[in-house]
Amino acid sequence: MRVRPDLIEHLPRLRRYARALTGDVNRADDLVQDTLERALNKLDLWQPGSDLRAWLFTLMHNLFVNQIRIKRPQETVMEAALDEPVSGGQMEALTARDIHAALAQLPEEQREVLLLVGLEQFGYAEAAQVLGVPTGTVMSRLSRARERMRAMLAGEPAIKLKLVI
Amino acid sequence: MTDNVHEHELHAYVDGTLPEARRLEVEAWLAAHPADAARVQAWAAQNQSLHAAFDSVLNEPLPLNLVRATRRPALPVPFKAVAAMLSMLVTGLIGYAIGLNTPGQAPTAPTAYLARDAAIAHAVFSPEARHPVEVDAAHSDHLVAWLSKRVGTQLQAPDFSAQGFELLGGRLLTGETGPVAQFMYQDKIERRVTLYVRRAVAGNTATTFRHATENGVDVFYWIDGDFGYALSGQIGRQAIQQLADAAYRQLVTASGNR
Repeated sequence: MRVRPDLIEHLPRLRRYARALTGDVNRADDLVQDTLERALNKLDLWQPGSDLRAWLFTLMHNLFVNQIRIKRPQETVMEAALDEPVSGGQMEALTARDIHAALAQLPEEQREVLLLVGLEQFGYAEAAQVLGVPTGTVMSRLSRARERMRAMLAGEPAIKLKLVI
Repeated sequence: MTDNVHEHELHAYVDGTLPEARRLEVEAWLAAHPADAARVQAWAAQNQSLHAAFDSVLNEPLPLNLVRATRRPALPVPFKAVAAMLSMLVTGLIGYAIGLNTPGQAPTAPTAYLARDAAIAHAVFSPEARHPVEVDAAHSDHLVAWLSKRVGTQLQAPDFSAQGFELLGGRLLTGETGPVAQFMYQDKIERRVTLYVRRAVAGNTATTFRHATENGVDVFYWIDGDFGYALSGQIGRQAIQQLADAAYRQLVTASGNR
């Protein structure tokens, strides 16, 4: 018998990642809620002492992948994301609108890697563990994601949103 | 200077994971290879833009349904009893008495939320490698003025240099009673502590020093006038208490002079 870890401190980061991943406030929070439910059900499988955050992100990744599988060939809609406030204080080379639109056009597997590494600051090996792929795959996806983002964002003041039914 | 830099090293350069010696070699390579330098610059700008676009999510108040979803309401009773006993052992009687570690049970004193919220804010932001603060200590005048204005009182960032901690900076958060200021400090071995300041719940006038432990984070907190203060860290209870004493002395002196 042991004390269950409190998941609440991981909530803000899970929400940030889910928001960037789905581009939609409600879809993101639904994903977080599903992740928490699964985590509570499986908490006995989590090894105390191992990285709880990485474990939670792994659960979220698995749920996200399942959702995509069901929803294909529908594409992600980023409409809600356009109303997001931009946090001030940092130099902003790109606008939030640009970044939302560009993210939406990345293939999901590249978007996940870019966000885990660039936003959530996971190491390459940790990201590989979360996604269940070799580190080499993480590196090649990261490379493709960053180059694709660069091409999309280069010289274009705003990227037109793709309309999706 | 090396002959070649691998693609993955350019990424590691952007993500700040290269060993120092290699970082300098990559920098030299970039100086001589403008095309690679442009790519690396664009990638770094992407990281920055991701933070600019999504870090605000961290500051949003947590939706209640998600907070509830972190706690299982229907624990089997024997498990609950053992868990409560264990958390008493781990966190000490004070934490237990104010209900900090009993999931599903409302804390009996509003100040308990102060310790819990401060510990969560500490756990969320202190591990951030690249963006632990919104405004860094280099602009401390601006930082203190900005946070003071938002929180609605003349704040002061205590000086912990005698205890070996330097101000890193601060950020503005959202709390149940309005805006919250968080100051972050770091010592030479990069251990971090945070001071959390917000308006106290009405009717709270007690100024007693209290201690709580939330998921391994030690919190010393007190109410001074209309404001609640909480100092959080994982540097050992005694070390946190010394810092809290120092903060209390400095802040009380400051408000006495107002």
